Amino acid sequence: MNLKHVWDTFRRKPMAMVGLFMLLSVVLVAILAPWLAPYDPKEQVEVRPEDILAPPDAEHLLGRDDAGKDVLSQLIYGARISLLVGFTASFMSMFIGATVGLLAGFYGGRIGNFLMRITDFLLVIPTLPLMLVIISVWGRGIEKIILVIGLLYWTYMARLVRSQVLSIKERQFIMRARAIGAGSLRIITRHIFPQVLPLIIAQAVLDISTAIIAESSLSFLGLGDPTQVSWGMMLNFAFARAISREAWWFLLPPGFAIVWVSVALVLIGTALEEIANPRLKTHHLFNPRQMVALAETEGVTV
Amino acid sequence: MVILEVQNLSVNYLTDDGTALRAVEDLSFELEQGRSLGLVGESGCGKTTAMLGVLRLLPAEGRIVSGEVRYKGVDLLRLSEREMRKYRWNRIAIVFQGAMNALNPVRRVGDQIAEAILLHRAAPDKQAAYKRVAELLELVGITPERARQYPHQYSGGMRQRAMIAMALACSPDILIADEPTTALDVMIQAQILNLLQKLQQELGLSIILVTHDLGVVAEICDDVLVMYGGKTAEYASVDTIYNEPLHPYTQRLLRAFPDVENPASDLASIPGYPPPLDALPPGCRFEPRCHCKSDICAVESPPLLAVKPGHYVACHQVTPFDRRVL
Repeated sequence: MNLKHVWDTFRRKPMAMVGLFMLLSVVLVAILAPWLAPYDPKEQVEVRPEDILAPPDAEHLLGRDDAGKDVLSQLIYGARISLLVGFTASFMSMFIGATVGLLAGFYGGRIGNFLMRITDFLLVIPTLPLMLVIISVWGRGIEKIILVIGLLYWTYMARLVRSQVLSIKERQFIMRARAIGAGSLRIITRHIFPQVLPLIIAQAVLDISTAIIAESSLSFLGLGDPTQVSWGMMLNFAFARAISREAWWFLLPPGFAIVWVSVALVLIGTALEEIANPRLKTHHLFNPRQMVALAETEGVTV
Repeated sequence: MVILEVQNLSVNYLTDDGTALRAVEDLSFELEQGRSLGLVGESGCGKTTAMLGVLRLLPAEGRIVSGEVRYKGVDLLRLSEREMRKYRWNRIAIVFQGAMNALNPVRRVGDQIAEAILLHRAAPDKQAAYKRVAELLELVGITPERARQYPHQYSGGMRQRAMIAMALACSPDILIADEPTTALDVMIQAQILNLLQKLQQELGLSIILVTHDLGVVAEICDDVLVMYGGKTAEYASVDTIYNEPLHPYTQRLLRAFPDVENPASDLASIPGYPPPLDALPPGCRFEPRCHCKSDICAVESPPLLAVKPGHYVACHQVTPFDRRVL
């Protein structure tokens, strides 16, 4: 399946394109943050009492926070952190989860048992408290947050992939592959992996939003990287200091941004799954010209 | 020339509690070069198991307990798995039951056929392999352009033909066709059977046809082996089986089949069911359903004996020609 083909199908799906534009807008904002943001959030400003939680006006489109800083600029810079965490952490969890799922499903037995017990172990531990403990012991830092999310959020992917592999490996074409002399590695990579790939992609795209939300939760609970203001961190500040003052312009934008990205990723994820799974595409009767009666070419007498 | 010789092949299935179910017992037959053998029997009588045993492709619970499978004198059951791979598909290929499921749905048909060629180094490079794919598809009556399509874009009969093309990829001597026409309509069945016959003539293939369709057997087989409950009931040439069947099971099986020349005659069903593998009768496997049994049938399993050269029957009621066991 070449990329051009994927793109051709993708752009015919309106919802997928909406999702893509939603995501691209955020990515662009993140990349162009220094040029787009009207103020530098790290810059020290002198705070006048009337600037604290000032409502939106022409100079500060989304108002100001409790330190008198521009909310819009924080939001724009926050996109960088949230996307960085989302993409890298979900890539990690995708890699770990898919590998564990493929191996556990294909080999089963002791290997499978061992891998799945580790998965179950991680699955039953409440993830958020565990992350809180790890981060508070280990110390805050964006790379640590990425690592913790990546290492803890692969369990669902592993279970999902394993369950699919379990059913796929019993299918007849696997036996046929074995009969034509394919080894285990080849069967896993060439026959089973392409079958679970759509699932992995869809789940990985969804995992990006999960990772973004996980990071937001950590930051919201005060364990984010204090030097990197993410959307979650903004929510934290807003919730702690602004909610009682009814400063909606501080609370709503980061929440809305998280939802925006999540919706975008879900739209893209669904579309990608449809594309990567050829069974959802065409049927052999769709092109009657290619269905030339075989009896003609064969000269078969029935 | 005898190309494949199976002797006393027995296959067990192990259950979780450790008991062994005798799925195939003492199966013996010979396959001559360029000829075709029909393996006939009801569902669950061990036909497919026997063939998977020959190829050593049994599921994990399956065990070959005894016997020999000689391909041109080489006992396949004694080879290492690595050596076995050289024989599987290269020399003996199989068209699996239910071809629709034997193709990977998310890979192009051509790629899957090329995989077989490349894995066995039957072509020097990729380009040659894909050229061979085109030839093979042409051979089974599929336009080579369709190599780029996915299995779901094929009709059922085309998939079956694609599987046959895949089986022929490495030019095997023996083709095992496991119910190649099941789940296909009569027109397509005829196409597939004609194709098999054409290939047999053109390529000098030897074919083992596993089926429960006696009409199919009559059409293309030279020899017939009737299995019942994992054992051979009768083994003879196709003319002998149809014209002078001796085993009660064969006789009743033939009467249970519609006759084109005499369509008005009633079809006779065989009352009862094939024995379950965990409760095989102690004597003859067919004894509970047999219409001409005697006391000995319930106690002693009849040996497979020759009633005349080339005609073997396992039945106490048949007087053997001599005591020569196959």
